[in-house]
Amino acid sequence: MEPLEIAEKLKEKFLSEIIDVKQFRDQVFVSVKKERILEICRFLREDPEIHMDFLVDLCGVDYPGRKYRFEVIYNLFSMKFRHRIILKALVPEDDPSIDSVVSIWNTANWHEREACDMFGIIFNGHPDLRRILLPEDWEGFPLRKDYPLTGKEGWEYRPYEELKELHKKDSEWNIVS
Amino acid sequence: MDDVKPEGIVEDRLQEVEALTTTELTLNMGPQHPATHGVLRLVLELNGETITKCTPYVGYLHRGVEKLAEHRTYLQILPLTDRLDYISSMANNIGYCVAVEKLFGIEVPERTQYIRTIVAEMARIANHLLWLATHALDIGAMTVFLYCFREREKILDFFERLCGARLTVTYPRIGGVKNDVDDKWLEDVYKFTEEFPKRVEQYETLIDKNRIWLKRTKGVGVITAEEAINWGLTGPALRGSGVPYDVRTFHHYGVYDRVKWKIPTGKNGDVYDRYRVRMEEFRQSNSIIRQCIEQIPKGPIMADAPKFILPAKDRVLSDMEHLIHHFVLITKGPQTAPEGELYVATEVPKGELGFYIVSDGSGRPYRLRIRSPSFVHISALPKLCEGHLVADVIANIGSIDIVLGECDR
Repeated sequence: MEPLEIAEKLKEKFLSEIIDVKQFRDQVFVSVKKERILEICRFLREDPEIHMDFLVDLCGVDYPGRKYRFEVIYNLFSMKFRHRIILKALVPEDDPSIDSVVSIWNTANWHEREACDMFGIIFNGHPDLRRILLPEDWEGFPLRKDYPLTGKEGWEYRPYEELKELHKKDSEWNIVS
Repeated sequence: MDDVKPEGIVEDRLQEVEALTTTELTLNMGPQHPATHGVLRLVLELNGETITKCTPYVGYLHRGVEKLAEHRTYLQILPLTDRLDYISSMANNIGYCVAVEKLFGIEVPERTQYIRTIVAEMARIANHLLWLATHALDIGAMTVFLYCFREREKILDFFERLCGARLTVTYPRIGGVKNDVDDKWLEDVYKFTEEFPKRVEQYETLIDKNRIWLKRTKGVGVITAEEAINWGLTGPALRGSGVPYDVRTFHHYGVYDRVKWKIPTGKNGDVYDRYRVRMEEFRQSNSIIRQCIEQIPKGPIMADAPKFILPAKDRVLSDMEHLIHHFVLITKGPQTAPEGELYVATEVPKGELGFYIVSDGSGRPYRLRIRSPSFVHISALPKLCEGHLVADVIANIGSIDIVLGECDR
């Protein structure tokens, strides 16, 4: 099935949920509201003519200043019919949460953890939502656009501070020049 | 001596044995462990020798490539992709270049398509050689290791002759490749492909019918086709379960439509089948390289798109217009990038490597998402390991072929 036909089918079924359909270089992007994402995904997975059995990728994108700050991208592919569609669920900043799709595709498990780690998006119903690439005690969400590339100003790794103190004493005692 | 009472000791022992209970043992494996192929940490919960729960911890090699990429021009990101899968960096470079070319709408010249196909398949062979060497070493077949490195060394030497680097090559460029290949190089690679199938046979005689190898790999880490798709496995790990999914068959890059090749698949989806698939891929890649060298045409190696691609150095020094293009591309990046987003995948040796690029029309990507096969494969590791023995963890890690630089990004 052509990706645009899938988008049409989605429109028939979930007209009130679809925000817009875009096309760029043969790929079709469908923006949807976040409330019924689980239903939409289940429909795409279980409809015999669409049969999206492979969740290629799931990631977040940050657009500060927009009405819906975050987008969660679902990159879906069908092994049987070899067609692809990209779903974009819009998530607002004041309630950055969306239903988890782990119950449909197991591969979503780590991708959702990573999106949570990097953007602070909460996936409701996720079996094990922890930080994955960053340490457990990390503060902030690095892939948000307001997170600076080199860390926040005034931030320094604490042991280095201690090291500097030590060196100060060393120079007082003329151990190192 | 008088205090010792034999009967008493027996009674104490009996009481001790009665007091014994079985508890689950938690075993920490890694992050520094020779068989985890990088800094992967697994926490295993054991009932005897059987694994009841396996929890992987990743992120020890996280360098924030996706964040860094947002602050660099399209040109500057290329060296970062080398450091993802540092074992087959050539394939990563090509994956990134193909994605950016598709975003910019650049057509790559035919000769470059051939060169890229040749080097990508060489990278596949080099990667699979390292995989076979370490996988066999982990399971206990030591001999294969050195034989594999002998051939891998030759391929790395070819890379060195081609572009000066052996591992982090950065040879492909957006819109082409760095320099043309000469006929002598192609001739030597052709000679290598003549003898290479014999080497593959040699490896097979070493382990293929080895009773220990078969016991360690057959029926271990079984995953059915449906489950493998559901867990998102790609590459040889998925093909071992019998799904003929290969991104190269989509024909959006390289010259895979102009050469004859097959997709090897397994049946049972166990460690042995994944091993067989990769051994077959040696032969297929070898045949692709041979056909490419036979067919390769003469022609330019860089696409004609001065707004996106750095002009040749001699023209920069003699021509005002090219100097301006050069200056803008280096300082700001391409200024006429189209707005939009797209996902482009390529088949790297480990599976499907995808780049999801969001462009806002500036010289830097707004968001660069890297879909790395190793990350997904490690997430499926508990599925493969749970219910099996501790020793099978090693076989499973080897069979899904992971590299942590790519997983943690």
